[in-house]
Amino acid sequence: MSANTMQVELVSPEKVIFSGEATQVITRTLGGGEIAFLPGHAPFLAALVENHTRITLADGNVLDVAVHGGFVQVSGNTVSILSDIAELAVDIDRARALRAKEAAEEMLRKEHDAEAVSALSRAHARLAATGGLAGTPQASH
Amino acid sequence: MELIAASRIVKAQQRVAAAVPYSEQITEVVKDLAAAGGMSSQSPLLKSREQVRTTAYVVISADRGLCGGYNAGVQRAAEGEVKADVLDGKQYALVTVGRKAEGYFRFRGYNIAAVYGGFSDSPTYAQARAIGEDVVARYLAGEFDRVELVYTRFISAGSQEVVLRPLVPLDREVVQGGDGKAPDAAGTPADYEFEPDPATILDTLLPRYVEARIYAALLNAAASEHAFRQRAMKSATDNAEELIKNLSRIMNRARQDSITTEIMEIVGGAEALSGGKKNVQIVDLGDITAVGSSN
Repeated sequence: MSANTMQVELVSPEKVIFSGEATQVITRTLGGGEIAFLPGHAPFLAALVENHTRITLADGNVLDVAVHGGFVQVSGNTVSILSDIAELAVDIDRARALRAKEAAEEMLRKEHDAEAVSALSRAHARLAATGGLAGTPQASH
Repeated sequence: MELIAASRIVKAQQRVAAAVPYSEQITEVVKDLAAAGGMSSQSPLLKSREQVRTTAYVVISADRGLCGGYNAGVQRAAEGEVKADVLDGKQYALVTVGRKAEGYFRFRGYNIAAVYGGFSDSPTYAQARAIGEDVVARYLAGEFDRVELVYTRFISAGSQEVVLRPLVPLDREVVQGGDGKAPDAAGTPADYEFEPDPATILDTLLPRYVEARIYAALLNAAASEHAFRQRAMKSATDNAEELIKNLSRIMNRARQDSITTEIMEIVGGAEALSGGKKNVQIVDLGDITAVGSSN
């Protein structure tokens, strides 16, 4: 491993989703907003919210992942993301996420429901990971 | 069924192995947090209650039978614990996972708090999560004061053992005696930055940690179930083959006997027809004496 890359592990309870070298990881922490990790980052531990995590691989490609909550741990040039559910952009069904988003928004127009709010943020994370929220304004909640 | 179970063991083993990285990582995070003073957090999941009135046992069994002593082993272990608690004058509650344990304890009139089933041979994380949320909620509500897991640990295809592991509350010992590999003794924890503060992270992390432990237990149990079933079905097949061998021997002998008798009769009959009258008389005499003696 050269000095300007770091090891990144994306782990869910059922399997290791991604493991490899990267030059940058951007994710979003609970209450702290977006954060980027570069090689050599200080040891760091945080809880994550539903977000669109971007992993810049060693070859310059960017891996888009929808991470639905979890934790990130940075130690000794290794970034580990632990998540109950995380999906690589290639595995996401964008049409389905769009439908889920609309259904959740429809629900929220009627009543404020915690289930619908989390469904909406999941849908947002998925859409963001698969090419952004084009034409879908960010919900104001 | 032996072959089916054998092929499933491999798959179940892979799932056990695939779950190891996550449980190792989460254990490491919990330990780092604990080292960083997160243990001073007020999370009730970390505190042992002074007075333990009700102990809950999460009993993980199979949904189906035909797996040798697998279910019996887990049930016996749980029943023993429950009886010990009753003797001590304490309360207990059972959370059964798998239909076999449910049937066993329900039939015997034990106190069952919750029932899960229908996924014993291939559990998913979502199911572990449902159990975890339920157990943690009941623990926090004061319904349970302590929760223990009873399941069959998968060591290898040839050996499994029934184990009893404390689940909540988590104390330092529990955190270190995790389900995955032994904790590595590697150096002092680094100076971490936390976001938000360690206590808040720990509060969100602990339920996940409990779920990960339940998930690991479910996967171990599933792999053990397949191993037990394979063994049970192998001996059943062997027994059946032995039985078939013996029975076909008996059948062949019986058939041979009847053929021999028939041949004897035919030969006897043919001789009676073609041979001298002497023979006939002898045969007749024999019959007559036989009939006479039976009278």
